[in-house]
Amino acid sequence: MITVQDIYKSFGDNEVLRGISAKFEPGKISLIIGGSGSGKSTLLKCMVGLHEPNKGKVLYQDQDFTRMNFEERIPIRKEIGMLFQNSALFDSMTVEENITFPLQMFSDMSKKERIDRANFCLERVNLEGRNELFPAELSGGMKKRVGIARAIAMTPKYLFCDEPNSGLDPRTSIVIDELIQDITEEYNTTTVVVTHDMNSVMGIGQYILFLYQGEKRWEGSNKEIAHTDVEELNDFVFASPFMKIAKEKF
Amino acid sequence: MFFTSFGKYLLLLKSVFKKPEKASIYWKEIMHEMNSIGVGSLGLIAIISTFIGAVMTMQIAFQLVSDLIPNSIIGQINRDSSILELSPTISALVLAGKVGSSISSQIGSMRVTEQIDALEIMGINAPGYLILPKILAGVTMVPVLVILSIFLALSGGLVGGSLSGAVTASDYIMGITGDFNGYTVAVALVKAFVFGFVITSVAAYHGFYVKGGALEVGQASTQGVVVSCIMILATDYILTALML
Repeated sequence: MITVQDIYKSFGDNEVLRGISAKFEPGKISLIIGGSGSGKSTLLKCMVGLHEPNKGKVLYQDQDFTRMNFEERIPIRKEIGMLFQNSALFDSMTVEENITFPLQMFSDMSKKERIDRANFCLERVNLEGRNELFPAELSGGMKKRVGIARAIAMTPKYLFCDEPNSGLDPRTSIVIDELIQDITEEYNTTTVVVTHDMNSVMGIGQYILFLYQGEKRWEGSNKEIAHTDVEELNDFVFASPFMKIAKEKF
Repeated sequence: MFFTSFGKYLLLLKSVFKKPEKASIYWKEIMHEMNSIGVGSLGLIAIISTFIGAVMTMQIAFQLVSDLIPNSIIGQINRDSSILELSPTISALVLAGKVGSSISSQIGSMRVTEQIDALEIMGINAPGYLILPKILAGVTMVPVLVILSIFLALSGGLVGGSLSGAVTASDYIMGITGDFNGYTVAVALVKAFVFGFVITSVAAYHGFYVKGGALEVGQASTQGVVVSCIMILATDYILTALML
């Protein structure tokens, strides 16, 4: 369980997050949605410690992550897997080296055990036999899948995904969504996904947090989102004529 | 502005010199960087040093046209200039361009493509993992390259001087072997060590804090080279004043 309490974050005079509070439960996919500049990526980065909030707390179980220094955070970070918007694979390493890197750094596994684990993770994301390829040789969807494989290599308790569907075609987006869903159920991870992909919202959004201009404007599930009367949320989710028609059918 | 940047640089160095997570991985990286900085720069340093040695010999001979001065002094001046100044400083300036820009752009690209964020999320001390091996490789390999540069500058002087007729081989060899003071080599090695640290750490600092995209990575790389060159010249002056 991750609890975010009253988070404020500003960059200079620009206040990006204003008093965000939320709970993200294990075994569930939680989505953070909102328009561009609403603060969703900033909130995610505050949760994983890439940004330090000006005020408020991020609790992993009952441990206050915001008050910890770099060394104190390491045990929690070993339980975190993250998929970045651009995959953030290490260019100089092969697919296999990317996946085994955290294992090599933090576990006592033998080389054979590490390779077995990499093969398992690659199999899990349907990329068997691509061990020796470099990131530059992969398509966007394959990079995302390798990113997921690297994120699950250490069997994380917490999985964070920053816009996992950006730049992907609708079919590949669904594959990635299904993969995130399967992993969340299989490992009972607390999964937090930042997205503005409506297919993801309707498909996998078990808990949805809607941010508008740095404030929490709505929270609920994908089943409730069609019946909300929050104007900003309706403008965001049902922006296209197609989605407006879809809403009427609900 | 200067003090803010200098403070950030010192804080970065503090993070760089933390205990490594796993020594074996760092060792592998150090070997890789030593190969990249040392072996990768060998050809360039060899060509530059040989030609500078040859040209220096001819210019010294041109300026010392006098029956009162023995020709062997040409070799002696070339030797001391190469050891004390030309080999360490010119090599460092060339390496600041070649190695420094490579380090800045490599780390800068990792920053803008979130690879450094990925390291931090994993709980890895990114400054330590990315910068420490480069600094250690720099302070080891730059002195090695400088020693090689000295030998090649002296050899270049011998060949250039003989071929041009500026000085005979026997006079030149008499000059470079006579009245040799080993302390000058110690000064050259101290300079090379400091320059190795400056080249790698300043370039890494500019890459590590880059913000934006490809354009900013290029700008950071250029800035890293410029600042490294200025720092090399400033530390060269300070070390010369302190040690001679």
